[in-house]
Amino acid sequence: MGVAASLTNSTAAGAAAAERKPARFALARRTILTPVLLSLLLLAIALITVMTGSRPFNQTVIDVFVRVILVVGLYIFIGNSGVLSFGHIGFTCLGAYAAAWLTINPMMKRGSLPGLPEWLLATRLPYWQSAVLAALFAALAALIFGRVLMRLSGIAASIATFAMLAMINTIYSNWESVTGATSSVVGIPIVRMIWPYLIGAVVAIFIAWAHAISRSGLALRAARDEPTAAAASGIDIPRERLVAFVVSGAVMGLGGALMAHSIGVVTPDTFYLGLTFITLSMLVVGGMGSLSGGVVGVVLLSALIQALRWLEAGVSLGESTFALPKGVQEIALGVIMIVILALRPSGLMGNRELTLPRSSRNK
Amino acid sequence: MLQILFDALSLGSLYALGALGIALIFGVMRLVNFAHGDVIAFCVFALLWPSTDAMAIVFAGQLPWYLLVPFVLLCGAGLSVLCEVVVFRRFRQANPATMMIASFALGFVIRYFLLMLFSSRPKSISLLPELSQPVEILGARLPLLQLITIVATMVILIGLTLFLRQTRFGLEMRAAAENFSMARMLGVRANRVIMGAFALSGALAAAIALIFGAQTGTLDIQMGASIMLMAFIATVIGGLGSLGGAVLAGFLLGAASVIMQVMLPIDARPFRDAFVYGAVILVLLFRPQGLIAARGTKERV
Repeated sequence: MGVAASLTNSTAAGAAAAERKPARFALARRTILTPVLLSLLLLAIALITVMTGSRPFNQTVIDVFVRVILVVGLYIFIGNSGVLSFGHIGFTCLGAYAAAWLTINPMMKRGSLPGLPEWLLATRLPYWQSAVLAALFAALAALIFGRVLMRLSGIAASIATFAMLAMINTIYSNWESVTGATSSVVGIPIVRMIWPYLIGAVVAIFIAWAHAISRSGLALRAARDEPTAAAASGIDIPRERLVAFVVSGAVMGLGGALMAHSIGVVTPDTFYLGLTFITLSMLVVGGMGSLSGGVVGVVLLSALIQALRWLEAGVSLGESTFALPKGVQEIALGVIMIVILALRPSGLMGNRELTLPRSSRNK
Repeated sequence: MLQILFDALSLGSLYALGALGIALIFGVMRLVNFAHGDVIAFCVFALLWPSTDAMAIVFAGQLPWYLLVPFVLLCGAGLSVLCEVVVFRRFRQANPATMMIASFALGFVIRYFLLMLFSSRPKSISLLPELSQPVEILGARLPLLQLITIVATMVILIGLTLFLRQTRFGLEMRAAAENFSMARMLGVRANRVIMGAFALSGALAAAIALIFGAQTGTLDIQMGASIMLMAFIATVIGGLGSLGGAVLAGFLLGAASVIMQVMLPIDARPFRDAFVYGAVILVLLFRPQGLIAARGTKERV
């Protein structure tokens, strides 16, 4: 009797708790449309590319997918924490070189990079294994750097990450026997198929989504919007930032490895200020507060760059060929970016995510 | 020994001037101006006639120095004010990240504008060649230019201090740097102060351009970038918005670079910059608000 009463009691309490607490995975179910829609967008781009079957276009779209991975990686940290990081391309550099170390033919490696440890000289992995290992390597580096850097906040943190990028670049441009210094490391197997890059981009998007709705991601966004209130509610801000830093470091490393496989050559200066700024611009133009903003920013700016390149190469209109003078492409890109930012200071997407209209009405 | 001291001082001068240019604008607008490096490059190229040949056609560079210096300073100030009027005015209300990216995009536009006119090949010119003769001071042979760099920086710093402390405009600018909205309420004209800050910062960029151009003798579109980065770091270490801190940190960075160049073992020397940046991170860990924290940049709850 007593047992039964307590049983009904506990079920009642359970039911009450279930009423108060949202059902499990409710947040996941409500937000899953965003990564799915973004992935479908990328899939559509990939399908169109395969159907046209043009080689240069194929390469362009591969570049777009690699950039998607990088910008999503940036979003995981910058978008959720609100701290601008200039250092993430450093992890891309680590990932790319790690992929190079793991996949170049051992015979060539012995000649060009004699300073590597013996076990690394002897290994040769398929590209997808090396990409995973590269991501882990970058995540480890992010963990080490992050332990130190995440104690800072605001502009000091931005500058410290920048100093980290410069350190990585200096080391990789001078460590002759291990990274080949400033000369390019060649012989990385080139993957020309579009699918691995698509999978990489989709994986990155889903990682970003999973992190954003995880306990840590929610806490971090709370800390971004109201740092004092969040800290007062018991959120350990440096710890949540570190989690985001490591996750984004891993995604950046993955992007670096795939980038190495898409061009087949790595130099330290590929992964320096130029790439840092172009990826940051894509994120900010798209809207750094949302995952959709990052992806949309990459797709739109890449399309714009490509269109301007075509114009620069010359387009024949009837009899005459119309071509822009050299340098106009970059100038136009800069001007368009300024105009977009002036009209929409928080980016094209604002801070909203891409979903179907129905799901937003339910909120 | 004296040689090291002068090396450190002259390198530090460049960084300090750059940091000052960035700190001035940050003070009044909370804008980290990435276009500053490209303003420097623009000022150097203002000396040449546009051409894509490898040979530099010197145009304004042939002027005597008493005309040359004001011309370049005016170029820098003019370009900088133009940037403000055309671009940054639209971003007064935007958040810092958006402004930063906008300034980067602007720098990109300036750089490729130069590229269109001059091509990306580095050009060599001899700017004020009489300055490269060595002079002997206290037993050390120093290029005259190094001495002039240091003296010019000192003069600029003293002049700027006097300007900020003694004139009404300087007072308004300092007030705006400390608390912009309060200063506006008390009758400081925002546009005038901001344009003044941009003009000063542009003139400082031009001063760097002159010194750097005379030192290296080669002109490169990328040349502003390396100084700008160090200057940018110096601004933060010094305490963003604090002008004195920016100058101090600029000299410290210059000194750190030169001292490490001398003290590090030969094997580690190529990695000098990595050590410098490591030191930067260390400084930030212990003083995240900078060496001299500016009032008014503290976050309020």
